Amino acid sequence: MDLNTIIAQLPYTKPFLFVDELLHADENGITGTYTFDENLDFYKGHFKDNPVTPGVILTETMAQIGMVCLGIYLLNNDLKKDTVIAFTSADIQFLKPVYPNEKVTVISEKTFFRFGKLKCNVVMKNEAGIDVCKGIVAGMITTKL
Amino acid sequence: MNKEDLIAKLKVIVKPYTTNTVAYDNLNENTDFINDLNINSANLVDIVLDIEEAFDIVIENADMERMLDVKTAVEIIETKLAAK
Repeated sequence: MDLNTIIAQLPYTKPFLFVDELLHADENGITGTYTFDENLDFYKGHFKDNPVTPGVILTETMAQIGMVCLGIYLLNNDLKKDTVIAFTSADIQFLKPVYPNEKVTVISEKTFFRFGKLKCNVVMKNEAGIDVCKGIVAGMITTKL
Repeated sequence: MNKEDLIAKLKVIVKPYTTNTVAYDNLNENTDFINDLNINSANLVDIVLDIEEAFDIVIENADMERMLDVKTAVEIIETKLAAK
């Protein structure tokens, strides 16, 4: 399967698309990368004169790569018009700061995908290969809620 | 397992997923998971997975779609247990 076709189907766009490249996907998990552009708007305010990537954005990045991209793969790369995507829970630890222009890799491992709910263990690593955050994300990828 | 025991076991499973304590305390056959207990569809999936584990049964998609209240859940669990 061409992994670029997964990204093309994502329901996000700039400035809220946090997936650059998918490196691998299979029935059990997915790996992808994203580089935080220093011009992203939230760096102007988080924090004043001290840009650090907000935890909610790291969480969103892990959800977009680890859950939504994997979900599209598990739906056989066929995201239908009436498919509803909803982020339903997250339990994340933030271990190290992520600064502008850092490239991160998200590695997601499926816990289960049943009855439209996808739950995954996710880890985000920096370019040095060190864990910057990790936890559990879950969402609904289904035709109805 | 009789129906009362089954409902009691189900009540323990449901507890972590509800925020409506009044409806939870009064849980009975007519309790609706979504409308009475304020459980969303994502947590309803968790409840069904917990039911599978607790009763050692497998719930099919068609069963899941009907499992919206205690009465139907009990019926489905009873049918699955009887088929074991």
